[in-house]
Amino acid sequence: MSITAFLTDSTLCIGCKACEVACKEWNGVSEDGLNWSGYSYDNTGAVGASTWRHVKFVEDAPNAGFGGNAVDQISWEFSSDVCKHCEEAGCLEACPTGAIVRTEFGGVYVQPDVCNGCAYCVISCPFGVVAKNTDDGRAFKCTFCYDRQKVGLQPACAKACPTESIKFGEINQLRSDAQKRVEVLKDRGMDDANLYDPTHTSVGGIHAMFIIRGDPRTYNLPPNPEVPTIYAKKGWTGSAIAAGLLLGGTLLAFLTDGGRNGR
Amino acid sequence: MSERLPINPMQDQAREQRLFEIRREAESTGQVKVRGIRPQGAPFPKASPEDGYYGIPLLKPPQWTHEIPVYFFVGGAAGAAAVIGAIAHYTGADRRLVRDARWIAAAGSVISPALLVSDLGRPSRFLAMMRVFKPQSPMSVGVWTLLGFSAGASAAAFAEFLRDRYGDGFPVTVLENAGTAASLAFGLPFSNYTGVLIGVSAIPVWNQNVRDLPIHFAASGLGAAVGMLELMGHSKSRALQALGLGAAIFETWEGVRIEARGHSHLDPLKHGKSGIITRVGGVLSGPIPTALRIVAALSGAERSRSLRRLASVSSIAGSLITRIAWVQAGHASAKNYRLPLEIPEKTSGGMLNKLPSSS
Repeated sequence: MSITAFLTDSTLCIGCKACEVACKEWNGVSEDGLNWSGYSYDNTGAVGASTWRHVKFVEDAPNAGFGGNAVDQISWEFSSDVCKHCEEAGCLEACPTGAIVRTEFGGVYVQPDVCNGCAYCVISCPFGVVAKNTDDGRAFKCTFCYDRQKVGLQPACAKACPTESIKFGEINQLRSDAQKRVEVLKDRGMDDANLYDPTHTSVGGIHAMFIIRGDPRTYNLPPNPEVPTIYAKKGWTGSAIAAGLLLGGTLLAFLTDGGRNGR
Repeated sequence: MSERLPINPMQDQAREQRLFEIRREAESTGQVKVRGIRPQGAPFPKASPEDGYYGIPLLKPPQWTHEIPVYFFVGGAAGAAAVIGAIAHYTGADRRLVRDARWIAAAGSVISPALLVSDLGRPSRFLAMMRVFKPQSPMSVGVWTLLGFSAGASAAAFAEFLRDRYGDGFPVTVLENAGTAASLAFGLPFSNYTGVLIGVSAIPVWNQNVRDLPIHFAASGLGAAVGMLELMGHSKSRALQALGLGAAIFETWEGVRIEARGHSHLDPLKHGKSGIITRVGGVLSGPIPTALRIVAALSGAERSRSLRRLASVSSIAGSLITRIAWVQAGHASAKNYRLPLEIPEKTSGGMLNKLPSSS
């Protein structure tokens, strides 16, 4: 089994939302309201329990030459967001039931028959991806189309993408493809094109990389995402100190009291 | 053939009224606060390095029900009560104090799983927690701590029951010793692990306080346990007075520490709804019981007891409100899009920017 990944190229995305539709169709994800968020043509604003692919409409003030725009036009970009399938996944580490597992393809998968809806993964994801379905009580997110990958198919969103903005393949191959693509874009004058793949933090790289333009924060991508387990050492140290203080304090209080004063 | 939709004149009127209000707001202020409505020429939201993605929060807020902060409170008090019961037993303190502490611990060990099941929605879902033990997951460690604590605390309380009913005997002593030892061993982490639980998360206000949270929660739980015991009639015990005073002084110090530091990740503890709850909880667990207990120590016997009862009520309420406050602060912290995106508070030109008039 090869380790797979997504490479989502925002410079090719046309904002058609075919990936969102294909994902819902294949995975039987419930609709979440055809509401306009008021932020460009964005419907849901973020990925969630019933939005596993989410097309962002990145609209900024006029920026001469950005995206080939005329000077007085607003800049407008699209990018299809998805679970990042982290190398060190906060949700997977936090899951107390073992419902969240690493698949043989390197993806992070929530087993719906094991998940008990404790919602600890929700606050453990540094990208705010996994969410609890409030009707059902369990947590849901992108499965990386584990069922399709099992039988050698590519994920539904990548299959449906009409511009190959969503690429799917072997991770190392995609990483080198991404570097080449960024070089090509820079040669064409897109000096701000870059690859979002946080290998420098405790997340240790992701299986859903993004080619974006400019600052990742514009796309709601954190510059330095951290897996919450890095706080565990400090936390349990605090817990040990607290236990020591409680034990010592109680001992001291009762020893000096000598049991003389009862009720 | 007949009418397809029932016409509701009241609803139509309400819509017209709403449109009128929006129009007036647009005319007078040049912008409308409701999402998705922007009059021509008005400022428009944008995605940029200063504004993030339209200021939509990156992180998801906690999706726990109201039972969870109550569980934090019950668990903290029960764990501390078990520790008090065990130490009182080992140091030969008043028998009635030992018994009452054990009953508080046992009651907590029954209420806690009930609260968790209520949050999960179905009892069988709680069993899924027992499939695995994952040291890297504070929730898994916590569930196993709760199970150990539950067994220990109920064994100790059951031994009390057996002794009351059938008198002393070898089996009762064995059960009592095993239960006491287990409830002490598991009670120590059980009273504070919920601090680690929320600290090891992606929520900034929690993970930036991860080392202090368990200590803070342990003090809060101790204050509540002492309060419960004093309200059960032990308001003459000097040991309890010392413990209650210690916990209240620590909580006062914790409050001062939060207020004195200026980090932006601490904002949810100081501003807005969560800030108010934090301050109410802090004052009830810190300064008020500290002052009441100091005055009680200097007063005559009768007055001292009533002051200590007041301090107890204040500490118990403060402990519960403090846990609610921290969960609320987590909600507020998750809503702040700036912290995870590392956008400084001051550099932003505001989320709304004017389009040039030419467009």
